[in-house]
Amino acid sequence: MTATVLQAKGITKEFPGVLANDHVDFDLREGEIHALLGENGAGKSTLMNIIYGLYNQDEGEIIINGQPSNITTPNDAIEYGIGMVHQHFMLIPVFRVTENIMLGAETLHRDKNRTPPFWKRGIFEWVRQLDFLERRAVTKKVSELSHQYGLDIDPDAIVGDLPVGVQQRVEIIKALYRNAKILILDEPSAVLTPQEVEDLFRIMRELTSRGVSIIFITHKLKEVLAVADRITVMRAGKVVDTVIPEESNEQKLASLMVGRDVLLKVDKKTAHPKGDVLTVSDLRVVDHRKLDVVRGVSFNVRRGEILGIAGVQGNGQTELIEALTGLRPTRSGKVILAGKDVTGKPPRVVTEAGLGHIPEDRQRHGLVLSYPITDNIMLCTYYLPPFAKGFTIQQKAVDEVTRQLIKAFDVRTPSPFVITSKLSGGNQQKVIVARELSRPVNLLIANQPTRGLDVGSIEYIHKEIIAMRDRGVGVLLVSAELDEILSLSDRIAVIYRGEIVTTVDAKDATREQLGLWMAGAKPESA
Amino acid sequence: MDWRRFSFIALIIATLFGIVVSIGHEQTSPAIIITSMLATTIAVATPLTLGALSGVYCERAGVVNIGIEGMMLSGAFFGWLAAIYMNSVFNFSTMPSLLIGVLAAMLAGGAFGWLHALLSVTFKVDQIIGGTVINMLAIGITGFLNRQLFFEKGSIFGGQVPHAPGVLPRIQLPILADIPVVGRVFDQQPIAITAILLVFLTHYILFFTRWGLRTRAVGEHPRAADTVGINVRKVRYANVIIGGLMAGLGGAYFTLESVPSFEPLMTNGRGFIALAAMIFGNWTPIGSWAAALIFGAAQAMQINLQFFREMIPAQWAFLQQSYIVGLAPYILTMIILTGIIGKNVPPAADGLPYEK
Repeated sequence: MTATVLQAKGITKEFPGVLANDHVDFDLREGEIHALLGENGAGKSTLMNIIYGLYNQDEGEIIINGQPSNITTPNDAIEYGIGMVHQHFMLIPVFRVTENIMLGAETLHRDKNRTPPFWKRGIFEWVRQLDFLERRAVTKKVSELSHQYGLDIDPDAIVGDLPVGVQQRVEIIKALYRNAKILILDEPSAVLTPQEVEDLFRIMRELTSRGVSIIFITHKLKEVLAVADRITVMRAGKVVDTVIPEESNEQKLASLMVGRDVLLKVDKKTAHPKGDVLTVSDLRVVDHRKLDVVRGVSFNVRRGEILGIAGVQGNGQTELIEALTGLRPTRSGKVILAGKDVTGKPPRVVTEAGLGHIPEDRQRHGLVLSYPITDNIMLCTYYLPPFAKGFTIQQKAVDEVTRQLIKAFDVRTPSPFVITSKLSGGNQQKVIVARELSRPVNLLIANQPTRGLDVGSIEYIHKEIIAMRDRGVGVLLVSAELDEILSLSDRIAVIYRGEIVTTVDAKDATREQLGLWMAGAKPESA
Repeated sequence: MDWRRFSFIALIIATLFGIVVSIGHEQTSPAIIITSMLATTIAVATPLTLGALSGVYCERAGVVNIGIEGMMLSGAFFGWLAAIYMNSVFNFSTMPSLLIGVLAAMLAGGAFGWLHALLSVTFKVDQIIGGTVINMLAIGITGFLNRQLFFEKGSIFGGQVPHAPGVLPRIQLPILADIPVVGRVFDQQPIAITAILLVFLTHYILFFTRWGLRTRAVGEHPRAADTVGINVRKVRYANVIIGGLMAGLGGAYFTLESVPSFEPLMTNGRGFIALAAMIFGNWTPIGSWAAALIFGAAQAMQINLQFFREMIPAQWAFLQQSYIVGLAPYILTMIILTGIIGKNVPPAADGLPYEK
């Protein structure tokens, strides 16, 4: 049995109103990848921030290499050989790779001299602040580390110019540069493309083969099973279980995470579509650089069916949806929504024609984050009864409706007056869903409705979308996740470079075939 | 290096010089005109340069400083007060009094810098409000003390302003000062020379030392700096106080180097022009200095045109009105701030308090 390098014993941390960690035990063995799995808000990040010294625990201790440790700041953690790659990178975009890596652990030009001259010693030590920064040594070490672990990094590149996957490697090198033997990766795959995720896994295995131990935080089940040696599942601040991947599967892990049986496969009946609710003919849209990004798209959505639009990000989906919802002017073509020509009409006209819209970026376009839930709930129809009477807002009615919706849509919040930015991603999305689905709508446009959400919220939102369909609403679903498209849609349209390549029945679609079409392959028969 | 920006600056300065030379060349030789304008340009640019450096230190660490004006004003007053006090009460001779005055000016600026850090770093007050507080406070304190100490009966100086110890003498840099025409650039008073040295020292500190790397990191992404063990609070405090020292030194220029007297509100908006210079200099020391030189040149044009008033050709008659020419620095400020000459990129976390 290999040695335990890190052990957390009975860690407890309370934030005002929440017990984020409740007597958590966790251990990490040398050279293993130990996944920490849990929904958003389960306490994974809190535990890691305690280990990394960003928070201090109320109770419990952390034992490193058999010795009790006293970590109160990130500096202490670095001393103990712990490195952390944060979900939101802690890199300075305008700095070079080397500058980012050396920051906080700089080498000075005269470090070679064993003792600094008398005027830079003792009370004059601050003078050393003005010594020349040694960059060449850092560049050399970065190149070495990069080569050693197969990371492929240009030490002189400006970090902001690098793709996200490469920035993540810079973060990993930053930890290795500080001689990290324990690496915490906080949701590392959330921002990566599937290829980049593969690369990351390769790098992780390379690291463990060289004696680095990795804690891998995530809520993605597939990834855990693919890469982890052991899996610890957390729920509501407690450790539920620790399992090994060979003895588990997605279903079991999901149930452990959520605390009840979860449907990973969406349960839906056959669709009974009636008449068109949305007809788009020969729509053309340009982007902000005046380039054609939607080139003559025609399709229709019928009442009571879900049309999924599959495509790699950046093939015109964003602009298409913006044009349909009135957020972006169209160049030519026609959009008929519920019998009404809404081409190029402002969003309010489109909304009043019966459109519900779950936008791609919930924080920027779906919500006013600094508003309380109540104000976000009335955002679309604040000028209509029951929210308004003449010129005045009926605050009582707003509060009442919000309370009902919070209950009906299972938004987890202490009160309807909580500022929306304080909610978790899943709950923010539920506020949007509540607002958009509680109105009488003819068509629902859902653009990436479950991006970045945890299993429980995804299940919930999928169920709501299906329920809308069964009530006779037309649904237009855009998603980059092929699994989501395949499990929800009744028909699937594939978009490539601003054109609909083909539209197929979901029954006849296969992952492989869709993947080919998304990559630009032409369908054999028209 | 932003060559476009620097060529633009060079072009403007050359144009301003060219206007005066083309008007005055019949009466005075171009070499003399250029020499005199160079001297004025550098002298006028001195407080602007120091004010801009004050801004560079603060804002590179992520603290917006619109209190430069107030820091300069207090530097001007307290520097002058200390010099007079040393000279007339303790009977110090001229030079020591003046040097103590310079020191006092810097300390006064530094104290206001500390106050600004206290407001914006510790109490997380909106930094624009904090800067405004500093400006108002400086106007109030200097105006009040000026009256109480010098003009009230029974005050220390008995209702009479004592004889001032004069201004800091010019220092001729050997050899360089003997170069024809441009030699005058190297024949300046000490604060002007210090300002130029500080520009290059700041450039070195900001881009080649640990201090600078950490300062810039804190101004760009304080959380990232925090996760690698840098004390964001300390770095911000230190840099804002250094910024105060710079502005205080800039204030000393007014009363210890330019004229040997203090008047209420004598900084007259230079702090804000310094801020504009810093923005136009894209938050870099050398760029800010170059921008400060534009304002210096505009001022030099205005002063020199007064000598050649009669020679201004009829179609340029508007240049005869000194108030129109006097507007030049301010009009230039407005043009420059519209950002027509390249995009300015402030530090990403400029003005944002750091919440742990």
